[in-house]
Amino acid sequence: MIELIQKYGVMLLVGSWPHGQIGGLAATLILAFLGLALAFPIAILLGFARISHFKVLRGVVAGWVVILRGIPLIMLIFWAYFVVPLITGMSVSVFVTCLVAIILYESAFLAEIVRAGLQGLPRGQMEAARASGLSYWQSMRYVILPQALVNMIPSLVNQFVSTIKATSIVYIIGMEELTFAAQQINSIELTNALQTYLILAGIYFIVCLALSYAARLLEARIQKRRAGLA
Amino acid sequence: MIKLEKVNKWYGDYHALNDVTGSVAKGEVVVVCGPSGSGKSTMIRTLNRLEEIQKGDIQISGKSIYGPGVDINKLRASIGFVFQQFNLFPHYSVRDNITLSARKVGGMSVAQANALAEDLLNKVGLSHKIDAMPANLSGGQQQRVAIARALAQRPPLILFDEPTSALDPEMVGEVLAVMKQLASEGMTMVVVTHEMGFARDVADRIWFMDAGEILEDTTPQEFFTAPRHPRSRKFLEDILQRSVV
Repeated sequence: MIELIQKYGVMLLVGSWPHGQIGGLAATLILAFLGLALAFPIAILLGFARISHFKVLRGVVAGWVVILRGIPLIMLIFWAYFVVPLITGMSVSVFVTCLVAIILYESAFLAEIVRAGLQGLPRGQMEAARASGLSYWQSMRYVILPQALVNMIPSLVNQFVSTIKATSIVYIIGMEELTFAAQQINSIELTNALQTYLILAGIYFIVCLALSYAARLLEARIQKRRAGLA
Repeated sequence: MIKLEKVNKWYGDYHALNDVTGSVAKGEVVVVCGPSGSGKSTMIRTLNRLEEIQKGDIQISGKSIYGPGVDINKLRASIGFVFQQFNLFPHYSVRDNITLSARKVGGMSVAQANALAEDLLNKVGLSHKIDAMPANLSGGQQQRVAIARALAQRPPLILFDEPTSALDPEMVGEVLAVMKQLASEGMTMVVVTHEMGFARDVADRIWFMDAGEILEDTTPQEFFTAPRHPRSRKFLEDILQRSVV
């Protein structure tokens, strides 16, 4: 197994970069991070819509969230793979295809985190803001959002962890990332499938464990700050 | 300054306010008391439309707050409101809590707003806490900052919704002292409270509420010596008994 790591470690980490396309763990992290980063602004809008006074808007967005959360990511990837070129008339790179699918998928999950963050604050905060003459959006901007965003940080890190794992299936449409690299190694070696996939699992595990730990640290720090100790 | 005309409010089937009628003159201090669930808090929250009413009318400074073209944010900026739970913004310093509305609604410059904050903190005796975060203040201090925050809107009228009910007993005095001072400076105040000492010493009038109605609208002297309504008599007995025990 050590031999495998020595031989293919770089490939698992960065794919064929710098001679070719970036792949491996680096591509996995880039895909997950960009997916979440681009889904987040959409999720904030969806989150606001979810708590809006307009029934129709609330209903439409609730539908969006329920549907996207109710289907597997791979369906979205297939659809993006076949439908995006059909609609745009352009051939789209595998990376963009996967990114679009992940943004759509994560927007639904993040929207729920945003909604919970906005609604999780004591009602008195909004009331105090409105009572002082701030408009609804001013209250959101200066009073509710800054507090809600801090409260969301641990959930966002957790979502990052689950997104990293979820991206593993994009190798199916040929996106060069971590699982794809392991797949390649397996087809070169042929006899070491068990070890190869054990290494693959180990890499996912270490990365996700580290992130979960970071989330816990962050949460503890936020708790401390809220208690006025820091 | 305030005029309520046959104000009615329902929560579903529950009749929370029943034909509430009353008025508060400029410079007057009205203390609203009554058993819990009597509609005191609901009533005071309708005065700046934190709660909407279903029937009747409320006028502030001669204008209906439900009239067409009423700018709700402007209206609220002209009324100070002090909450039972203080509701300071925990992510802002004391200074920023006080200046937020003045800057964002009143259009005051940062320098002007900061000077105002210093001034108001001085008034409530907390000038040394200007850079503190709310979590580092005691309940009484937080409530005094909340009063300074309400004052920063430069309102002609301040509403207090049970301002001392969430405080430890030893902190009630410092908050009442600030309120007393405001009253003596001629501020128009409506105060929902169970502090009968404050009512007796500071109020110009007492409204006794029960089951969503104002049962008595009278002077403190008359209320405490000769309450007319049997339910206010019972209320006073209960309160007195509690303070003796």
